[in-house]
Amino acid sequence: MRARTPDEAPDWTPSPQALARAAYRRAQRRRSLLVALASTLVVTVTVVLVVTGAPGWERARQAFFDPQRAWEVLPAVAEGLWLNLRVWVVASVVGLVVGLLLAVVRTSKVPVLFPGRVAATVYVDVFRGVPLLLVLLLVGFGLPALRLEWLPTSGAFLGALAIVLTYTAYLAEVFRAGIESVHPSQVAAARSLGLTRGQTTRRVVLPQAVRNVTAPLANNLVSLQKDSGLISILGAVDAIRAAQIATTGDYNFTPYVVAGVLFLLVSIPLTRAVDAYSARQGWRGSLATVSGGGDIR
Amino acid sequence: MTHLLELRAVRKTYGQGAARRVVLDDLDLTVDEHRCVVLVGSSGSGKSTLLRVVNLLEEIDDGEIFLDGQDVADPRLDANRVRARMGLVFQSFNLFPHMRVLDNVTLAQRLVHRRPRAEAEERAEAMLRRVGLGHKVSAYPDQLSGGEQQRAAIARALVSSPELLLLDEVTSALDPELVGEVLDLLADLRTEGMTMIVATHEMGFAREVADEVCFLHAGAVHERGTPEQVLGDPQRERTREFLRRLR
Repeated sequence: MRARTPDEAPDWTPSPQALARAAYRRAQRRRSLLVALASTLVVTVTVVLVVTGAPGWERARQAFFDPQRAWEVLPAVAEGLWLNLRVWVVASVVGLVVGLLLAVVRTSKVPVLFPGRVAATVYVDVFRGVPLLLVLLLVGFGLPALRLEWLPTSGAFLGALAIVLTYTAYLAEVFRAGIESVHPSQVAAARSLGLTRGQTTRRVVLPQAVRNVTAPLANNLVSLQKDSGLISILGAVDAIRAAQIATTGDYNFTPYVVAGVLFLLVSIPLTRAVDAYSARQGWRGSLATVSGGGDIR
Repeated sequence: MTHLLELRAVRKTYGQGAARRVVLDDLDLTVDEHRCVVLVGSSGSGKSTLLRVVNLLEEIDDGEIFLDGQDVADPRLDANRVRARMGLVFQSFNLFPHMRVLDNVTLAQRLVHRRPRAEAEERAEAMLRRVGLGHKVSAYPDQLSGGEQQRAAIARALVSSPELLLLDEVTSALDPELVGEVLDLLADLRTEGMTMIVATHEMGFAREVADEVCFLHAGAVHERGTPEQVLGDPQRERTREFLRRLR
């Protein structure tokens, strides 16, 4: 909510009370700023003192924050990150498409889809409930044991498959929540116009459902990006695996920190971009326009 | 002569077992072409359910619904095609919030009536001008006032040239000063000969536009007649009591 300034209404002379209130609010803002600064300073100094004062700080600094080592391993870790990014994009696309499909099947009432409905429910229940790490191990070591010749056995492929299996279930649940958040009166309105069930789902329910869950969808995609690092346990040389390889021999763990920083460099802009997008989208019906949605004294 | 709409012994219940409630109980009703039938009655008397049943949004437990002599309660009939012949306007407008007003009005034309986009938009714009929203075609529903939203919803229902227009307490969610613009529009439609079933609490409006007033009580038409008869000189005690409570 925008604060009103006196300049906006040239023909308005603020009353003495209004001026007094404005002066008071200015003083309050100054005071808030000072408090925030002081508190930040105290916290930062305390943390720095505690960390650098720790008995093992010198050794830890050399083992984790060695600038020269960081520079040396950067190309290898960055190349590994490229694999993470590819896995992320593929898994996101597949997960979004299949997840949406599962959610639609699960919420549909068409008799022909009954087996699909059961299958979707079982699938989501299973893959939402089993830890991703376990899915990775089972897929990574179980599928190759079947010796299917057409099935690629690279760690990257099997890792991506495991991530897709798990995240598709998460995303399907998000979409389902979105579908169920659309008020039944919207369906009644569409049907009363003569639209079929399918047309109503596609043109009226889904567009609103997806808008309603943009934020949780984006959250899931960000955590997918970071969970793509788990494929390293199947031997795929992603950022984490590349960092691990670089640490063997000299017990210098700086490469892990490099990998962590690289992941952050991707995920932070991503979350910010999503926030900005949702804000700009100004999704109609969002809380920003509700009266009382501003700062409350 | 067959009636445009005829309901015979329609029964509708909600819920199961002990929680079962009879909402429409052996209800009979006829509506002839170019007539305006106004439904009045206290909340829970079945007005909204009656409209939803006619629009086939609810399945009836028993009875028959004839539209132009054809029993549309028959489940073998394609309900979508029956619904496409009527328009229903809701108390809470139920415009599609993710579409511009224009797209709200072209949606059914394009998907149900298979009109090309250009023709659908032309008709939609003409209809929106007709309800006084020619300047709002590109607005989204949440940028309109309640009265404008309801007029847009009426345009959405009218643009498919329905044979029958069902109006479910269309002014109940409006601020008092916006009620007039919607009622004026309905009065115009009435003059043009649109066949309408109107559920309303606006007795003044009922008096003005109704060819026939039906007082609903306990899921059945308790008393029916001209507005002068039912609202001016009610014969049955329940009707009198209802009208007394309104004053």
